[in-house]
Amino acid sequence: MDVFATALPALGEAWALILQPVVLGYLVLGVVMGLAVGVFPGLGGIAGLSLLLPFMFGMDPVLGLALMIGMVAVVPTSDTFASVLMGIPGSSASQATVLDGFPLAKKGQAARALSAAFTSSLFGGLVGALFLTLFILVARPIVLAFGLPEMLMITVLGLSMVAVLAGRVALKGLAAAGLGMMIGTIGEADAGGSLRMATYDIPYLTDGLKLVIVGLGIFAVPEIVALLRRDRSIAEDARLGAGWGAGVRDWFANKWLSVRCSLIGVLVGVIPGLGGSVVDWIAYGHSVQSTKDKSNFGKGEVRGVIGPESSNNAKEGGGLVPTLLFGIPGSGSMAIFIGAIALLGSGTIEVGPSMLRDNLDITYSIVWLLALANVVGTLLCIAASGGIAKLTTIRFTYLAPFLFMLISFAAFQSGQNFEDLLALFAIGLIGVFLRRFDWSRPAFLIGFVLSNPVEKFSNQAFQIASFRFRKSFEEGMEYIFSPIVIILIIVTVISVVIGIRQAKSIMAEGEVKSGSKRGPLIFLLIIAGYLTVALINANMIPDFNMTDKIVPLVVGGLALACCLALLAQMILRPETDPIFADKDAAGDEAEAPYGLWSTLAWFAGLIAATWLVGFILALVGFLIAFLRVRAGASWARTLILTVAGIVMMCLMAGALNRDFPPGLLQDMVDLPWPLG
Amino acid sequence: MKTKLVGGAFAAAAATMLAATPALAEVDFSGKTIEWIIPFSETGGSAKWANFFAPLLSEELPGNPTVVVKFMPGAGSTKGANWFQEQKHEDGTLLFGTSGSTQFPYLLDDPRVRYEYSDWNPVMASGTGGVAYLNPEDGAKFDGTANNLKGIDFIYGSQGATRLDLVPLLAWEMLGMNVEPVFGIKGRGDGRLMFERGEATIDYQTSSGYLGASADLVASGKAVPMMTWGTLNAAGEIVRDPTFPDMPTFKEVCAATDGCETSGEVWEAWKAFFVAGFPVQKIAFLPAGTPDDVIKTYADAFDAVRNRDDFPTIAAKRVGKYDVFVGEGAQAATKAGTTVSPEAKSFVINWLEESYGVKLN
Repeated sequence: MDVFATALPALGEAWALILQPVVLGYLVLGVVMGLAVGVFPGLGGIAGLSLLLPFMFGMDPVLGLALMIGMVAVVPTSDTFASVLMGIPGSSASQATVLDGFPLAKKGQAARALSAAFTSSLFGGLVGALFLTLFILVARPIVLAFGLPEMLMITVLGLSMVAVLAGRVALKGLAAAGLGMMIGTIGEADAGGSLRMATYDIPYLTDGLKLVIVGLGIFAVPEIVALLRRDRSIAEDARLGAGWGAGVRDWFANKWLSVRCSLIGVLVGVIPGLGGSVVDWIAYGHSVQSTKDKSNFGKGEVRGVIGPESSNNAKEGGGLVPTLLFGIPGSGSMAIFIGAIALLGSGTIEVGPSMLRDNLDITYSIVWLLALANVVGTLLCIAASGGIAKLTTIRFTYLAPFLFMLISFAAFQSGQNFEDLLALFAIGLIGVFLRRFDWSRPAFLIGFVLSNPVEKFSNQAFQIASFRFRKSFEEGMEYIFSPIVIILIIVTVISVVIGIRQAKSIMAEGEVKSGSKRGPLIFLLIIAGYLTVALINANMIPDFNMTDKIVPLVVGGLALACCLALLAQMILRPETDPIFADKDAAGDEAEAPYGLWSTLAWFAGLIAATWLVGFILALVGFLIAFLRVRAGASWARTLILTVAGIVMMCLMAGALNRDFPPGLLQDMVDLPWPLG
Repeated sequence: MKTKLVGGAFAAAAATMLAATPALAEVDFSGKTIEWIIPFSETGGSAKWANFFAPLLSEELPGNPTVVVKFMPGAGSTKGANWFQEQKHEDGTLLFGTSGSTQFPYLLDDPRVRYEYSDWNPVMASGTGGVAYLNPEDGAKFDGTANNLKGIDFIYGSQGATRLDLVPLLAWEMLGMNVEPVFGIKGRGDGRLMFERGEATIDYQTSSGYLGASADLVASGKAVPMMTWGTLNAAGEIVRDPTFPDMPTFKEVCAATDGCETSGEVWEAWKAFFVAGFPVQKIAFLPAGTPDDVIKTYADAFDAVRNRDDFPTIAAKRVGKYDVFVGEGAQAATKAGTTVSPEAKSFVINWLEESYGVKLN
């Protein structure tokens, strides 16, 4: 019990460090800044922390930590606003929240969804901190037990959630996931540096597509376009139903789900290298599997919000383990955090193996500052949720131009290239059609997110396993089939079996009527065509770089096989079969007053104008034209809204020291910021 | 304090630099913001390096401008460097930082490289060292030579053979060791974790990485240090690394090991790439066409930074005890870091193809 003998005094010292008015003040300051940054999609902890870095040099360690942790801790809380209210995944941590949170907002229950999400976040954060207080002392051997085969299996477990989210036609879901994985392999391979579906003449592609862009393109663009075509408010009857109290009660009714998902969050968060990308999907899958009546998932089931939101804040706590114990950041923001800690005070705190031995009090301060920040952040968010939820009652045509503005800016922040906007548009187009023809968008996104880990872990595990097998057969088997791997295989198999049995009742896209054969068939042929080209391209990689071609070949081959099977079914089956689902054939979209292409043209126009005159000038023109022509607003209202939009954009970018996409005009003449 | 410099030229250059009394700089950055672009992500060693220098630089530049570090990662820094090649001098508020990973593709004629180091204006350069270490079982067989390590299959987590990892990979091969690299890890921290899990059995870290975590493994008996890459003395010879004076250098181990030569084609190639990658690893540049007074202002500011009373203490913890070159010293250092003999280059290009199937071009 000497563990407790060292832990208890350190815990006491940690509390003494934290519970000082000035420390709490800094914490609240950090929380407020974190909330402000997190509300904007695409700007997460990295942007916020980079802003704080210059002030950290020589700062009192506890104050600096309070400020930074306040900021990092609440980003996964406040990005829920965008996920629930607008269907825009604010960060990788809140992708699964969109699936049920946004439909709740459409039902007019945004405040309920938000407060359920925030309460879950708060609880997840606290469970995470509590768990860590004990776990961090014994974590080292456990973390080290997760080698490459184990990480590969966790990734596969995440991938198996595709089975749950595949939609009515399982083959379509599989093909969508395969397509997502293939899009994820675009660019220079990690292992051997071969190019997949890219060329050095287009340097942008060699880096691959960024998660922010794919997330926005797949979820946000199609929703914005669809809502805009209907020309109504997000909440379908423009009224708010259940209030924030209902969300808190929802959480209470599902507290055990919240506990389980929090633990999933901490445990997966602890494993370095996986980070946040799988946690929310595993939690979502678990929420589905543990719910008796599954018919509401994808249409606004509050359990689908509580699960992922409980896990994503808990994950931040778990992520501290590899960061503090091994000096290996679990995410981009943790990486900056490590750098910033070294700036604090006299520079004596160094994260890594010595952290627990030399700075256990600081370690505990970090854990509990994280928990406190969660409490403060959540209370602020719940207080704000009722008011902010009113946004869902505004006529959407007044929101849309500002959302186009925000997602373009967010996309540009990921790579600082004009091509980021083109990529957003291209992926958005894929998203629009995936949605229209009822191909599972979550499956696509899971495929994309897990493409890189699957490739990396399988290649590396294979290489090491083959060295072990060369030594002896037993040593190889022992390496691949460790007890953890076997347990994970069993969990995966169970989850797939349950998933397949239930997939038909979970419709992430809601009910979709079938239409004519032509549209779905053409879309299928385009996807099959892309997969064929990608396969040929991967096959051209020379064999000595087998590590760079094997995953695209296998995944692309499987996805293409799914497409061919679908093609055969399409030829054989009648037009009324669910396989021909088409949102434009019947329902809201078919009756929408505006067409798809004319709506997309507005977005394309903003991007084209940006290419010519740069973002801010293009935005001025876009906002005025859109509000006057499409929304039919008066000149006075148009001008007020335009000025408000531009000012907000400039304030945010200015405060975070960010640039705007430049255009041809900026190449020719030097203009002052923000125009240049 | 004993100063160790890269090459005699640096020593001379640095001396001139210090002897010349800095003329009153007319450049004033009051109210301006200096953007220091790092072509890597926020997570790497270059980020650490720039974040360390940025606040110090801000204090020493005339007018105390805000210095912000911005990141432009992509294609292992090639993207950012290609971008910087296109930039012209405007008002001296653009600074760019490169690393060994920017230098190596340039030296190896990587087809993606569209940048030319000689167009740029170096204002500060700094180096680092590296330490290789073994697992305890095999480490027990290490007796200052690699003679007992031949015939063992080692596994090494590597970022890629064309990166800085070519220095350790070539060194181990020269010692006759059989090291199998597992490619595709994203940073040396991941390599260390692989070593801690027992999946990798040999590892190397740059000095700051070693001090931060690996030294602890050594202290607790989970790793055995093997050798450092060493540093260069004023005569351009490899000597013991001042940060790790008790560890033998690769040169010492090689000399003691049967079949390893510290002269000849292979040795010269290794040394050339070591010199390009470590003693001059990170360089801060101003863009092409920058007027001399601006260059001098920056050089003076960095000179003031490295002469701060507390600089050795804070630098030792954050970036290691290595030389910081400014002004003409930085120019000489850049030259040393960005030139290798044609023989060394063709040897390495050939070795990469034979050992790892890597074709450049």
